[in-house]
Amino acid sequence: MSAGELSSFSKMSVFGPVVKIHPVVLASICDSYERRNEGASRVIGTLLGTIDKHSIEVTNCFSVPHNESEDEVAVDMEFAKNMYELHKRVSPTEVIIGWYATGFDITEHSVLIHEYYSREASNPIHLTVDSALQSGKMNIRAYVSAQMGVPGKTVGVMFTPLSVKYVYYDTERIGVDLLQRTRVTPSRTKGLTSDLSQVAGSAARVQDMLTTVLAYIEDVLSGKVTADNSVGRFLMDLVNKVPTISAEDFENMLNSNINDLLMVTYLSNLTQAQIALNEKLVLL
Amino acid sequence: MASRKESSSVSSTAMASTGGTLDSPVKQIQIEGLVVLKIIKHYQEEGQGSEVVQGVLLGLVVDDRLEITNCFPFPQHTEDDADFDEVQYQMEMMRSLRHVNIDHLHVGWYQSTYYGSFVSRALLDSQFSYQHAIEESVVLIYGFLLFFSHLFPILDPIKTAQGSLSLKAYRLTPKLMEICKEKDFTPEGLKKANIGFEHMFEEVPIVIKNSHLISVLMWELEDKSTVADKHELLNLSSSNHLEKSLQLLMDRVDDMSQDIVKYNTYSRNLSKQQQQKHQYLQRRQQENAQRQSRGEPPLPEEDITKMFKPPQPPPRMDTLLIAGQINNYCQNVKEFTSQNLGKLFMAEALQGHN
Repeated sequence: MSAGELSSFSKMSVFGPVVKIHPVVLASICDSYERRNEGASRVIGTLLGTIDKHSIEVTNCFSVPHNESEDEVAVDMEFAKNMYELHKRVSPTEVIIGWYATGFDITEHSVLIHEYYSREASNPIHLTVDSALQSGKMNIRAYVSAQMGVPGKTVGVMFTPLSVKYVYYDTERIGVDLLQRTRVTPSRTKGLTSDLSQVAGSAARVQDMLTTVLAYIEDVLSGKVTADNSVGRFLMDLVNKVPTISAEDFENMLNSNINDLLMVTYLSNLTQAQIALNEKLVLL
Repeated sequence: MASRKESSSVSSTAMASTGGTLDSPVKQIQIEGLVVLKIIKHYQEEGQGSEVVQGVLLGLVVDDRLEITNCFPFPQHTEDDADFDEVQYQMEMMRSLRHVNIDHLHVGWYQSTYYGSFVSRALLDSQFSYQHAIEESVVLIYGFLLFFSHLFPILDPIKTAQGSLSLKAYRLTPKLMEICKEKDFTPEGLKKANIGFEHMFEEVPIVIKNSHLISVLMWELEDKSTVADKHELLNLSSSNHLEKSLQLLMDRVDDMSQDIVKYNTYSRNLSKQQQQKHQYLQRRQQENAQRQSRGEPPLPEEDITKMFKPPQPPPRMDTLLIAGQINNYCQNVKEFTSQNLGKLFMAEALQGHN
């Protein structure tokens, strides 16, 4: 596999199952790369997850200590087995589906390690994360091994790439968004925001999106950009989604909602005052 | 929770140099993004609908900050698992993590909650045992607020699904630590310490920090991932969540009122008994005076304490906990309503323009 093929990977159509990765896995990999031992140029570890008919979902991982030198590679498989047992106790649905390595290329050692893992899982996948940023960005790729060569004579192993997608649970999405905000501040820290400011933030985001859409429409109207029918249909949907309610009905709904909320606030304040009073009385 | 106490004391003695000698309490908590993601994932996979999901926090203390760099989840308590498993699991995990250079200092634990109901006896006990062994430990509570879309950090998964990460870190105040140490939960004991429900837990501010590499990862993810529907935060429907919270609040208030009734009967009994003692003493004295005037030997003073057994004072710790919990619910409800009011006014403004 030449480097040229690898770089045009994203445009190739690949067959085989899709690999869905959760951000937790990538964060773990980066973290274990940062904590690697002196002199180790890369880190390897096991991937855990679930296998579906069409896709493989990677939900967890842990790093495995290993030693790599020019001629040989030693992986602590005992450790890997132990960790897997421990993890299985927490989430019994996860199985070993492959392994990961940081670094840009696939070396001969990878083949050996891949063989180890073939004993643990059927058809394991191999994930490479370029955390040294050799190619300017962090490339994340997945491979499956396939036999190649002349049967009976020289047989080799080829790593065929798979397409990688990132999936999130809803809550994960929020967590990732929060982390995204940390990359803006110079000290890379961020406090957790209070509630009303979050609503404001959300509203600001919607506003931004609306401005983008408006700008696009202006362009189309003035003829700068050719109109795209599918976008037009989406816009139509958007406009039709705003429900037409008579002003009175809306007033009523709004008022009753506001009244509910105010009442609840009043009641909770009352309760708090009550228990505070109770405290004072008891402590008399 | 006794097993946790043993294990935490083992770990603290193993690294006595770092944890034990700090005087200043922790003023801020710094969490790595990785920990947040892990906690979220753990809840999502294991805790759907069921009770709490727990795990251990690892990290170290730097100046006045508690840095949490990693965590691992605890398996759920199944019926036939012995406690023995917990300690062993924890030891194994920490040993293995040490091999891959992950901080293995045990600095706290995390727990998810249901609608913010986390102030319970069990929590108090475990946090006490942790904090007793490790000065700076905190509890992280990841509480839940909604279904659909809070040293121990409490994470709020429901609220997170709704669009905002709710993570809070708490530790017991020194006053409460003292009380737990002496196990003196009578009203007199609490009065001495002058503790109110507001002084039970103190919240520690949380800050999220990411390393540079993770920042690079974030850029990469932003590139590749699709724009998901992240605007559930602006959803106007609030009644479901509100109902649930209010229901829990009502239950707690009921508990509280029962407790109060118990306390009232106790104090009434106590005062009645005091009166009876007083009366008895007076009668005795009168009789003795009469007998003396008649020249007979006075009746022996009987031991009044044996005659009037003082009623058992009810333990006040539960009341305190309930009060704290009610307070928490009220806070949550108020936050929620303020958010919703904002949203409603926004909707009004939008509709007004039509």
